[in-house]
Amino acid sequence: MTSLQNIGRMLMPVAVLAAGLSLWELVVRVNDIQPYVLPSPSLVLQTLAADWLVLSQSLGVTLLTTLEGFIAAAVGGVALALLFNQSKWLEYSLFPYAVVLQVTPVIAIAPLLLIYLPQQTAVIVCAWIVGFFPVLSNTTLGLNSVDRNLAGLFHLYGASRLQTLRYLKLPAALPYILGGLRIAGGLSLIGAVVAEIAAGAAGAGSGLAFRIAESGYRLNIPRMFAALLLLSVAGIVIYGLLALVSHLVLRRWHESALGKDN
Amino acid sequence: MDIDAAGLAVRLRAVTKTYDNGVIALGPLDLDVAKGEFVSLLGPSGCGKSTALRLIAGLGAPSSGAVNVSHRAARADGRHPIGFVFQEPTLMPWASVRENVRLPLKLAHAAAVDADRRIEQALAQVGLSEFADAYPRELSGGMKMRVSLARALVTDPDILLLDEPFAALDEITRFRLNNDLLDLWRKLNKTIIFVTHSVFESVYLSQRVLVMTARPGRLAGEFRITTAEPRGEAFRTSAEYAGYCREVSGALTPSYAGQRGV
Repeated sequence: MTSLQNIGRMLMPVAVLAAGLSLWELVVRVNDIQPYVLPSPSLVLQTLAADWLVLSQSLGVTLLTTLEGFIAAAVGGVALALLFNQSKWLEYSLFPYAVVLQVTPVIAIAPLLLIYLPQQTAVIVCAWIVGFFPVLSNTTLGLNSVDRNLAGLFHLYGASRLQTLRYLKLPAALPYILGGLRIAGGLSLIGAVVAEIAAGAAGAGSGLAFRIAESGYRLNIPRMFAALLLLSVAGIVIYGLLALVSHLVLRRWHESALGKDN
Repeated sequence: MDIDAAGLAVRLRAVTKTYDNGVIALGPLDLDVAKGEFVSLLGPSGCGKSTALRLIAGLGAPSSGAVNVSHRAARADGRHPIGFVFQEPTLMPWASVRENVRLPLKLAHAAAVDADRRIEQALAQVGLSEFADAYPRELSGGMKMRVSLARALVTDPDILLLDEPFAALDEITRFRLNNDLLDLWRKLNKTIIFVTHSVFESVYLSQRVLVMTARPGRLAGEFRITTAEPRGEAFRTSAEYAGYCREVSGALTPSYAGQRGV
């Protein structure tokens, strides 16, 4: 790909964004729409700047929750997959319940969790519930995708279970694990937001989702948009970071991280 | 009689293999391979020659019969009596050439200093010293096969088992690797059992060609290839070579007679 094409690829989405925002601004001004119906993009940015203290604090709270949920999902998902890989019976016994956790909408579980757990814990558990399944299923897939001949080779040279796991299964599963983590990052944010919204009705939260709910009750629509913008940016940054980590880890050997000319 | 006392490296007696799905893949097969001998197992695809090799390697148990493999007195420091080369290079894509060759030593907890020396030696034997830090994806098909060969040699095995190692390579590369393998065999004094479906390759390489029947694989014929050693490219184009090939092909033809759609 030429550098001109590269620049074009970067510029096109930016141009679309600029055009969309201009149109939005224009429609609001021409029709003189009130901010509590639809705020203009410029007003949203102004609000973001004016309320930065409150919003950045809330962002910090939500990001911390997301991070804790993500780490729990990553550790829990990989650990459970390793256990399943070592014992088929454990997998048969427990896997259906992992699926149940995954298919039950977290928005329906959150209010229940809030009854039984302290709020902060409940929020993290929500982030964990939505995040751990992609890690679990991807890691399981990866551990089962080991080259049969390589496995035979390890057997021939008398590798122990631990050696096979460490030198063969884990490296072979790494691209799958990283793929699962990339999905889990975004999902942890969603889980955290959902739980905050559910908890928000109780009025004790301080995360971004709580700000959105609170601003809604107060008809402070520009602040809702500003908080939403922060959430989106947070999601994009999380995805970007995880994609970068994945690329750096795999760049020496895995197809997904290689340039087209290879 | 003890097989070491008989000067044998491998002895199979009435060995059969029946897979779980009821397919009888092999036998009954009797086979004696003398120490230091270069033997080819030649037969149509699916005749069980690879199965026989896997049984000798211990990558599976025979359904009946006895498999005996000569083991020198148990040796520590990562030496292993058998080296195995698969049809595919079967390298770990996440590890450099050096680390791939190190694998059997690492699994045996060999001392690092000693291991480094032996890895260099094995890589030198296959002519890949300069590529020790390359990754498998950076190598050609022939070079990957050489890495696989180096990995089999690094444990200083008495017996090398090669399962159609050059079948996927182009003819020029295959001829070069044939010559290199003959050189190694003359230099290192190993027992080599070479599985192939190429009449020409088997006659060129081995002292003895064993022709197998279609499934279930049994011995259909045995040919001693006696010619002036060391063999080289001149042998490949000689009338003597053509004569051996004709003889061996003649024994192989009935193997295909029972097969449909070939």
